[in-house]
Order: sequence, then C-alpha cells, then structure tokens
Amino acid sequence: MVRAVTSFGRSGLSDWLVQRVSGVILLAYFLFIGCNLIGGVDYIAWKALFAQTWVRVFSLMALLSLAAHAWIGIWAVLTDYLTERLMGTKGNVLRVALQLLVIVTIFVYVVWGVQILWGY
Amino acid sequence: MNDKRPVNLDIGTMRLPITAWTSITHRASGVFLFVGMAVLLYILDASLKSPESFATLKECLTSPIAKLVLWAVVAGLIYHSLAGVKHLIMDFGIGESMQGGVLGARLVIGLSVVLIVLAGVWIW
Repeated sequence: MVRAVTSFGRSGLSDWLVQRVSGVILLAYFLFIGCNLIGGVDYIAWKALFAQTWVRVFSLMALLSLAAHAWIGIWAVLTDYLTERLMGTKGNVLRVALQLLVIVTIFVYVVWGVQILWGY
Repeated sequence: MNDKRPVNLDIGTMRLPITAWTSITHRASGVFLFVGMAVLLYILDASLKSPESFATLKECLTSPIAKLVLWAVVAGLIYHSLAGVKHLIMDFGIGESMQGGVLGARLVIGLSVVLIVLAGVWIW
C-alpha cells in the first residue's frame, strides 16, 4: 500500500494542522474577493485592486494554501475509497495514477495563478 | 502500513445519519471545487488580461449556462466553507456530542441553502 509516502506532510498531525490553517486563509481570501465583487466592479477598479503588492501576496498565499489544501483533501478521499481492500490491486494503481494527475494539476494551477498575478 | 488492521465500519451496509451525509457532501464538494478552481482561474485570467478580455468575459457571463456553472462553483464554495467552519468549531470541543453533531449538521445544511439561494439571486 502506497499511502504514507504520498501524503502532504508525511505526518497525519502535520496534515491536520496544514489543512486547517490553509482552510482559514482560503476562507478569508474568498470573503475578501466576495466583498470586492458584491457591488459590481469595472475593469479599472479591478485591475487597480490586483496591482497592489499586498493583494498579490494575499492571492499567492491563497494559491499556495489551495495547493496544500487540495493535496491533503484529495489524498484523504483517494486513500479511503481507491484501496486494495475495496478494489483489489487495481485500487492501488488507480489511486497512485489519480494522485499523480491531481499533483500535476495543482502544479499547473500554481504556475497559471502566478502568471495571472504578475504576468499582465 | 499494516494491511491486517480491522475495519470496524463498513458504511455500505448502514443507513447513514445526517452527520454522515454532511461529511460526504463536504468531501464531494471539495473534489468538485478542485475542478471548479480551473473555472475560477480562467475567470480571473480573463478579468485581468486586458480591457477587451474583461468585456468579453462580462458578455460571456450573461449567458444562462455560464451563470449556472458559476452558481454551482459558488454553491460548492459556500457549502464547503460552512462545513469547514463547523469542523474548526468542533476542533475547539464545541458540539462534539451526538446531539451537537446533529445540530451542527442541520445548521450547515440550513445556512448553506439560504446563502446558496442568495448567491443565485446575486448572480442573476
């Protein structure tokens, strides 16, 4: 069984804490974005908002939190359902394959996000 | 890892209580949001690229299908956030009893429905 080596922090307690801290950061970020969108926004104001360094730093923090949060959350789901016990050996193959796909996707999200924040 | 560890709960054979449903929905919404994040990043990309892409995005978001997709992602965010906050509250030892768990699950579902409806009104 390949479980412990694919977890985020290699320790359940570490993953538990990272999941909570990243969750709080993501909630704060989405509330921040929601507050800025609620009254409607035009391009100039929206662009000016994301031109500020602190907003870019906050956005990158949220992006990295998302990476950790998704890694830990999806690891928990995959190691619960795609297992040798439930599916036989193909459970292991499928789980590790999906995990690789998820990790590659997380990497793409992070690079894409950095490009959006600093590229335009 | 030891494969011979006993499995106490085979959830396929049980009638699930409301707390189990909110837990499974929390997981499902998390997986859904992971995919939905591509939509949000695409929207952020188009909104910041240029005045033209911003205008195109605004135009695109007037279509009912785009609104429905956005609403689904926002609904996922709302539910996942509320269920996550419930987790944090329970981490502090609040609402860990049987009744507390059921009450928490009901509150999460009730608040989610209200906020998701409000989000729908806002999007349309």
